[in-house]
Amino acid sequence: MRPLLSVRDLQVTFPSNRGPSRVVQGVSFEVAEGEALGIVGESGSGKSITSLALLGMVPKPGAVDGDILFEGRDMRSLGEKDLRAIRGSKLSMIFQDPMTSLNPFLPVWVQIAEVTREHLGHSRAQARDHAVHMLETVGIPDAGARASQYPHQFSGGMRQRVMIAISLACKPRLLIADEPTTALDVTIQAQILDLLRERRRDSRAALILITHDLGIIAENADRVLVMYAGRIMESAPAAELFRNPQNPYTRALLRCIPEAGRRDGPLFQIAGQPPDVSALPPNQCPFADRCLEAVDRCRREHPPYHRVGEDHWSLCWVR
Amino acid sequence: MPETLLSVRDLKVHFPSRGALVRAVDGVSFDIAAGETLGLLGESGCGKTTLGRAILRLQRATSGEVLYRGRRIPEDARPFRRHIQMIFQDPYASLDPRMTVESIIAEPIRALGIAHNGGTRLRVEHMMEMVGLSKRFASRYPHEFSGGQRQRIGIARALAAEPDFIVADEPISALDVSIQAQILNLLERLRDQLKLSYLFISHDLRAVGRIADRIAVMYLGEIVELAPAATLYARPLMPYTKALTSALPAIGAAAARKRMVLTGDVPSPLSPPSGCRFRTRCPYAVAECAESKPLLVEIERGHWAACSRISPERPEIEAVH
Repeated sequence: MRPLLSVRDLQVTFPSNRGPSRVVQGVSFEVAEGEALGIVGESGSGKSITSLALLGMVPKPGAVDGDILFEGRDMRSLGEKDLRAIRGSKLSMIFQDPMTSLNPFLPVWVQIAEVTREHLGHSRAQARDHAVHMLETVGIPDAGARASQYPHQFSGGMRQRVMIAISLACKPRLLIADEPTTALDVTIQAQILDLLRERRRDSRAALILITHDLGIIAENADRVLVMYAGRIMESAPAAELFRNPQNPYTRALLRCIPEAGRRDGPLFQIAGQPPDVSALPPNQCPFADRCLEAVDRCRREHPPYHRVGEDHWSLCWVR
Repeated sequence: MPETLLSVRDLKVHFPSRGALVRAVDGVSFDIAAGETLGLLGESGCGKTTLGRAILRLQRATSGEVLYRGRRIPEDARPFRRHIQMIFQDPYASLDPRMTVESIIAEPIRALGIAHNGGTRLRVEHMMEMVGLSKRFASRYPHEFSGGQRQRIGIARALAAEPDFIVADEPISALDVSIQAQILNLLERLRDQLKLSYLFISHDLRAVGRIADRIAVMYLGEIVELAPAATLYARPLMPYTKALTSALPAIGAAAARKRMVLTGDVPSPLSPPSGCRFRTRCPYAVAECAESKPLLVEIERGHWAACSRISPERPEIEAVH
């Protein structure tokens, strides 16, 4: 079966005064119909820029290279008009902070109607009905009345529900959610993730879930990419990744997470800090300087991907 | 029994907002023993930061008092500043960008007029070493450091005056996962080395569970449960705490758990619900929960909860249906 999305050797480069800064380097992955792919990484790992590249939204002067095929169409060859037709309809996005992505001056129903009128050709009346229906499906109580309210009249969790309503309004095939619950409280976060899971089950939409939180990935992704310094360090089915992590970065990251109530000795920590990709020598593993398992070769040659199990890959000389 | 270092007694912080009264902190009491870390766990808007600031008198309290070693801390808390310091969430916003690291760390020493053998410069270098910063960086500015290093500067500044009580307000939430572990370890090491007590304020259940001896759970301005850290996770009593601990996504094999997902949003502190403030989201709420405010009661030894539906005789809440 042809994958819904196929990304091959994606590169995103920004000029910097130290030479080109390769913020995404050699990233390849596929997303199947209905699949949930988790991308996990710390700041500067390139996880958000990867998603912007998929949408054709990398800010200038960033340069994108590689293949991005969505439903078999080469996204990079599309003009702005065709991209706009896809964005918001077949491919839509949920961002971390709903307050900055919602228009403060428009009632929420109008913001849903904007996308359905453009992409589905709804009339004003149809669009209003559909907006109210969408607000109901994302669990906004008294949706008919609240549809006419403005974003500031909603709580953080409710605003994120509005964002989800907008992103699902045109029945997308692929939903990209970048830290969708990071700005929310734990109890609200659980509600939003459950909602996303339900809505996705009904619509069979695929999901790319980008987050720094391994717990969210564990509970919501079918497959996981672990990113570091612009590269995919490890990719595996979610259950396999957490049961049998192989790449030293993934293993270290998992060990850093405190277990509530356990206090035997100091917490495992990764020394140093994530590298500045513009200053990183190209002929070494990006994690080598912080890696406990690094050997000489890791500092001399960029590691290759090698298969460590069924559909399980690691970028490493050692494992 | 270790000596009580800090006591908070019926502390209230109310402030007017748009013609109404926000009850940000509404009658909070607890003790922290010398050497103890109390975790203050709560979601945004629950009043935990306001409570931390009111303890340091950075925020005027409406009523109630705070005692340090049995002495009341007045609104002008300057005489107590050497003993009580604060670490802030955002190491970017809390450091003056125009000051060098040396002058940032030296500031409390100078402001409080503390003399050190060998002078301030030596003291600053010692502090930098203690928090894991090379003293070669003393003349650099905050923007030249990463987030984790900036938090180390903030910690060095807080400790420069040799306090024994630290209010740490979300000290790791702005940092990456790999850096969070470094800072948690540093805080634990300093606590042991310098015999510090912490009030560790956080929304992060894992971090609080790791560093705290006891945990107080705060909801809409009130403490709703207080227990030793391990007990709170193993056997939460109050429904809100149950929801909080079960909302934490599990990593790895332990994923099969019964989860309690709350409906609805946190009500506004401008008009909190009558009776129990959690009742509007509580799956166990009954009519009487709206009538009387539940008091914090010791349900089991050292384990306090505020819920009318549980008591020492009946610690397990019974289902409504």
